[in-house]
Amino acid sequence: MSETGHIEFDPLSTGSARRRITSKAIVYGLLGVFAAFYLMPIVIILANTLRPLDDIVRTGFIAWPTDISLSYWGEAWGTFCIGGQCEGVSRYFKNSLAMAIPATVISTALGLINGYVLSKWRFRGADLMFGLITLGVFLPPQMTLLPWAYILGSIGLSNTISGLVLVHVVQGVSFTTLFCRNYFINIPDDLIKAARIDGAGFWRIFRRIVLPLSPPIVIVAVIWQFTGIWNEFLFGTIFTSGDKQPITAAIVAFSGSGTGERHYNVEAAAVIMAALPPLFIYLVGGKYFVRGLTSGAVK
Amino acid sequence: MTTDAKTPRLRRWLGDNIGPLVLMPTLVASFAYVVLFSAWTLWLSVSTSTLLPDPTYGGWGEYAALWQSKRWTVAYQNLFVFGTLYVLGSLIVGTLLAILIDQRVRFEAVWRTIFLYPLAISFIVTGTVWRWIFHPQTGVELALHDMGWIAAEFDWITDRDLALYVVVITGIWHASGFAMALILAGLRSVDGDIVKAAQIDGASVPRTYWRVILPTIWPIFLAVAVVLLQFAIKTYDLVVALTQGGPGVATTVPAIVVFDLMFERGQIAQGAAAAVMILVALGCVLIPYALYTRWRTRREESRHV
Repeated sequence: MSETGHIEFDPLSTGSARRRITSKAIVYGLLGVFAAFYLMPIVIILANTLRPLDDIVRTGFIAWPTDISLSYWGEAWGTFCIGGQCEGVSRYFKNSLAMAIPATVISTALGLINGYVLSKWRFRGADLMFGLITLGVFLPPQMTLLPWAYILGSIGLSNTISGLVLVHVVQGVSFTTLFCRNYFINIPDDLIKAARIDGAGFWRIFRRIVLPLSPPIVIVAVIWQFTGIWNEFLFGTIFTSGDKQPITAAIVAFSGSGTGERHYNVEAAAVIMAALPPLFIYLVGGKYFVRGLTSGAVK
Repeated sequence: MTTDAKTPRLRRWLGDNIGPLVLMPTLVASFAYVVLFSAWTLWLSVSTSTLLPDPTYGGWGEYAALWQSKRWTVAYQNLFVFGTLYVLGSLIVGTLLAILIDQRVRFEAVWRTIFLYPLAISFIVTGTVWRWIFHPQTGVELALHDMGWIAAEFDWITDRDLALYVVVITGIWHASGFAMALILAGLRSVDGDIVKAAQIDGASVPRTYWRVILPTIWPIFLAVAVVLLQFAIKTYDLVVALTQGGPGVATTVPAIVVFDLMFERGQIAQGAAAAVMILVALGCVLIPYALYTRWRTRREESRHV
């Protein structure tokens, strides 16, 4: 984000020295308080992945860790029992990857081509079609549950990861088409026209002109899709069960069920594992994450 | 040879229609998804379906039954309270954070990263973590007891009257960074001259923001509010992970009722009716907003011409 506006306006360096110090103290003080509020949950949970269970049961989650051990991470990953199976969350983590990666790749690829058609190969009714596709962004998933359940059942994809991939591709392609179309519309038409005069066809222009200009929007779409699909819960919990569930559904299945002995430290580690991939992507691609947010939300 | 004559024509036709042809798979899928699925669910809501979908027409009675059930009316009320407080809270916190960051603070990227990271985390993780923090047996209350304040009480999450505010606080934690990011982008786009003019007139910093800067970016507030309202109406995972709709029905929201009716209680027709009501609620937010933005862009365009 560029500072175009009040670059010369710096309220903190106006007034007397004393006033300046006071206002700086207020600003940084408030920022610090808020930062503590935002970071507190993750710090608390991280600390509890290292504490022995009896310690957590006795003093709760908000306490200084003493006997530190990394073993709960291993347990959460590989040996913890969920619903009778003692494989930890690794299986569900892999399920989520097996769901999110293909769904992200397919929906992004389709979005790129669709966006290209809708912005540079416009035809009669293109705007109407764009409108229809983008309506998919807003349709509440509750409206689609029964039809999906029926369709997935009749094509033999109920309780499979491929079924979830299909659901997420159909839902996701409306997002990616929206992103890409709004991005490609800024490519000058003259560029395309010149290439057409030179005899370049549909795919050649796509490969040689549009794709090389696409990396920013591809990154935005990939981040947005992967995060959204990885974090999704409703479809996962309804269309899959048992060892086919994505990690969000598995987390609810074992930490939401009130029965049995709780393993807070292992559960905390599992929760962190469920949060890590999107967090990692956010930290690496933060700039693009924000860009996707602004373009996706305001448009 | 007929094929020779045909092939160029076919190729020509393909070439002329490559746009619609390439778009076709998505179009078919989107049409099925948006139009057919909606019609399908709408039809089920007026059918006689119970445990299994059954296409026999049964009238609009399920809507009446839905609005007469206490669980649903409570869920709708909860949605109003939650939606209002969640949107206002996120906007207020987001604005405050954006203004603080706008004071040319050092390490701006670090602050922004801290305030926005909750958005990358799923509602499931968010809800699970805050449940542990809010629950009297594991969270703040126990910690206060351990510190020696034996009488301390912090059991909002198990209190019928207060549990909804736990959902609100957690929701604000999750969404205010989003509001901050958009509002900050808006602050940065404000014309520096009007700000300077206000400063020269002797307006204080808070007054400059309140009277001059914030009013100029109100369309951003509206956009953020609409997006957040949309999240609020669709809210499901957060409540499932945080309170499971309880205690009792204290934090039940419409999406939870839909799930229960469809998949737990075998009342598919009524569940479909509830889903349609969610769509109606979304429409009430999105259609006026879409019309309004269209009207505004038209007006701006006509001004430029």
